Amino acid sequence: MTVAARAAKGAHSITDETVAEHGLNADEYRRLLKELGREPSLTELGIFSVMWSEHCSYKSSRVWLKKLPTTGPQVIQGPGENAGVVDLGDGQAAVFKMESHNHPSYIEPYQGAATGVGGIMRDVFTMGARPVANMNALRFGAADHPKTRHLVGGVVSGIGDYGNCMGVPTVGGETNFDPRYNDNILVNAMTVGLVDANRIFKSAAKGVGLPVVYVGSKTGRDGIHGATMASAEFDEASEEKRPTVQVGDPFTEKLLLEACLELMAEDAIVAIQDMGAAGLTSSSVEMADKGGVGIDLNLDRVPCRESAMTAYEMMLSESQERMLMVLKPGGEAIAERIFRKWELDFAVIGITTDSGRLVVRHGGKVEADISLPALGAAAPQYQRPFTMRPKPAVIAPEDVPAPNSILGALETLMGSPHLCSRRWIWEQYDHMVMGDTIERPGGDAGIVRIHGTNKGLAISCDVTPRYCAADPTEGAKQAVAECWRNLTAVGADPLAITDCLNFGNPERPEIMGEFVGAVEGMAEACRALAFPVVSGNVSLYNETNGVAIPPTPAVGGVGLIPDIAKIARAKLAKEDDVLILIGAERGHLGQSLYQELAQGTTEGAPPPVDLDAELRTGNFVRGLIRAGDVSAVHDVSDGGLLVAIAEMALSGGVGAELDAPPQGLPAHAVWFGEDQSRYVIAAAPKHVARILQQAETASVPAKIVGKAKGRALKLPGEAPLSLDALRSRHEGWLPGFMAGG
Amino acid sequence: MKASVVVFPGSNCDRDAAVALEAVMGRPPAMVWHGDAELPKSDLIVLPGGFSYGDYLRSGAMAAHSPVMREVIKRAQAGTPVLGICNGFQVLTEAGLLPGVLMRNATLKFICKDVHLKVERTDTAFTRHYAKREVVRFPIAHKDGSYFADEATLDRLEGEGQVAFRYCETDGRITAAANPNGSRRNIAGVYNETRTVLGLMPHPERLADAALGGTDGIKMFLSLVETLN
Repeated sequence: MTVAARAAKGAHSITDETVAEHGLNADEYRRLLKELGREPSLTELGIFSVMWSEHCSYKSSRVWLKKLPTTGPQVIQGPGENAGVVDLGDGQAAVFKMESHNHPSYIEPYQGAATGVGGIMRDVFTMGARPVANMNALRFGAADHPKTRHLVGGVVSGIGDYGNCMGVPTVGGETNFDPRYNDNILVNAMTVGLVDANRIFKSAAKGVGLPVVYVGSKTGRDGIHGATMASAEFDEASEEKRPTVQVGDPFTEKLLLEACLELMAEDAIVAIQDMGAAGLTSSSVEMADKGGVGIDLNLDRVPCRESAMTAYEMMLSESQERMLMVLKPGGEAIAERIFRKWELDFAVIGITTDSGRLVVRHGGKVEADISLPALGAAAPQYQRPFTMRPKPAVIAPEDVPAPNSILGALETLMGSPHLCSRRWIWEQYDHMVMGDTIERPGGDAGIVRIHGTNKGLAISCDVTPRYCAADPTEGAKQAVAECWRNLTAVGADPLAITDCLNFGNPERPEIMGEFVGAVEGMAEACRALAFPVVSGNVSLYNETNGVAIPPTPAVGGVGLIPDIAKIARAKLAKEDDVLILIGAERGHLGQSLYQELAQGTTEGAPPPVDLDAELRTGNFVRGLIRAGDVSAVHDVSDGGLLVAIAEMALSGGVGAELDAPPQGLPAHAVWFGEDQSRYVIAAAPKHVARILQQAETASVPAKIVGKAKGRALKLPGEAPLSLDALRSRHEGWLPGFMAGG
Repeated sequence: MKASVVVFPGSNCDRDAAVALEAVMGRPPAMVWHGDAELPKSDLIVLPGGFSYGDYLRSGAMAAHSPVMREVIKRAQAGTPVLGICNGFQVLTEAGLLPGVLMRNATLKFICKDVHLKVERTDTAFTRHYAKREVVRFPIAHKDGSYFADEATLDRLEGEGQVAFRYCETDGRITAAANPNGSRRNIAGVYNETRTVLGLMPHPERLADAALGGTDGIKMFLSLVETLN
């Protein structure tokens, strides 16, 4: 019998087994008994179990997260609210966050991914912002793993159906295929919203005697223990956890969005919190705890989808599309009118008190009575032991074998799962709804216009898992730097980031070491680039039978474009434009995609990031974009320089005649080396001398690598590679794979 | 000219339609809530894209029975021009104002991309700003956009000149490869018999602004303004 079933039958004995089923260890249960001063009821045990779960309490990560820089003149709200907020000037602000939905998406890819998107959008509109753009960062297992196709199809369709119905454009993202994600895929979803800077809503329920209001969907039995499930490893029996996955209803969420924004335009709300992980429990506890008040809930008034739901089930349900609000006195009538108009459930289910306690009543009985600090401040905090692994050796360019043909290797790389076009994915996402999409998916960053203005928001999601696997610190640093670079490459001023820190089991010292290293790398890059973290989440226990995912600190960045007339795209579209590489060339092949192609594996140290050079180079490129001196810009990342040029050519439809590489480095290291902090720009011939001069003045390496010409890529001494042939390889892999070919 | 945009629960291109209309009319259209039985005096009624009622039951099926639709049907029958875009087209077929139905795309997937369309006739209130046989680029964004009607109906639509737009190649050829969703005879949009009601799956309002990458859509709204002013 499951715990929920036992609860329904009213069997209330707390055994060791019951405690273990709730994910609490013996120490934690002793701590609970001390806090409570007596044995808990089953409902109380359930409430503690979710509030003290890794997912809600950040018990393993909190001490390290404090190391991340979270402030800056642009930051209006850092971590700690439903989402972070940055200033956009002119009285406007951007609200954004990225969140993981990894465990549910592996168990049930369609609903897992859909509700991930629904959850992150709620986090953003809870703060009063209208969501204006979505992104996602997806990691799947190897293409030849039997589950991968099913998972890709389900996740993409789930993300699409939810975001499309909501009418929020999905403007980009990233996808990796890697066998290390075979049994633990990652689905990280990001939403960016716009709000008037003086109309931001928060979650602190300040004030006693105020009505606590439930709005949105009814509460059902879905998602019970989702937060606990997301705080444990997987094993063979994990598929049996499918009932813990929530079911999404984007139509209801669209109504909830409109109703909330309509109510927020009135003067009725004191505090608002979405019911996400751990549902009614965490929303009520967090609001009361932050407001320094107590809260009394009467569950008899909770709108239920199913009959005879117990207090335990109602408190732990993760039914979607629900919000909890604390209203100003007399606000109920206004709220009820609006929610009735949108045909949503509305119920006053409680009141704020001065007791400092969470009191839950149901059927005339007190089902739970717990002091709020016991659930929040007294939650376990762990200084988990960690071991840092030795840094891998740097591999010399000469030690990676040369290909028979550079362009042949390029064609293979561009048609591989790593670098092939993601069109099959993003064409299933409505990326144009709201009528402000300036740069559609496929570029360095998605761009949406700030409605009614000439300003724009640039958004990018980045991390390179194989770099992080080799060296978590350098890899995390690179993730932040690449995100900053992608925003810069379209002409934006990078503002701040959100993060999803996806790791294995933190109770293993080597995994905890990866986490510690990654946080340190991120912190260093964020500080150097003045690119603080304003929101995010941590997803641990991404491992199955003791095998963990590579450390995957995904970074989602937002940048501001002062004038959308002055942006850059990657499109190489003008014949005779000169291609210039900006940034230092070292031919780093360790952990490169070329190395994997040539040797069947990646090894050695990832490319290091010189953060001073990153800043200098990026600021220089942004200056060129703003001055209108460049006709195309693309950052150099996975696959190196030649891949960057090939992507520019495919995007704009004009080929390139490339110069012979310089002496001193092997040609394949020049073309495929993944040295960081680099961009390729295209400029009209008349601007070239000046650009090179300005680069020298700015201490930024710059050199001509070729020119735009024809409909093929040409290298000295090699047969040309036609863009048509390259395009067919590049566009062909993913549709072919998904069709089962 | 006065225009009204009907907002159903789940509409999500209502603002996009309003922006395009305001750009050509110089003033915003009236936004009419689906639950209102009354409709302001309107020279044009627009049913926007989106997912009215979440596409539950069938796309457009529930919205077709909204209180406001009784008045929309009455006005349409009296000759007021009605434009249904995407979900609006689905609502118009479900409401019986246009023939045929929109079925699940042949790929069974949602598709969002630009397509090319052949403007079949340029003597209607919706298309007079287009050149004869002009090929235009509009985006599509739908999962249920495969136009279906029986052969006799299709023959009649073609015979009566009720086909408004067809999916085509950039040079105007009507090919299977240019058909994104399996629509019969590549039909992307149809008129009623008097050509005062138009429903189409592609979104003219999404490429009606140079900053968004194209302006082919604005000519439809300019045509309406010129005709109805």
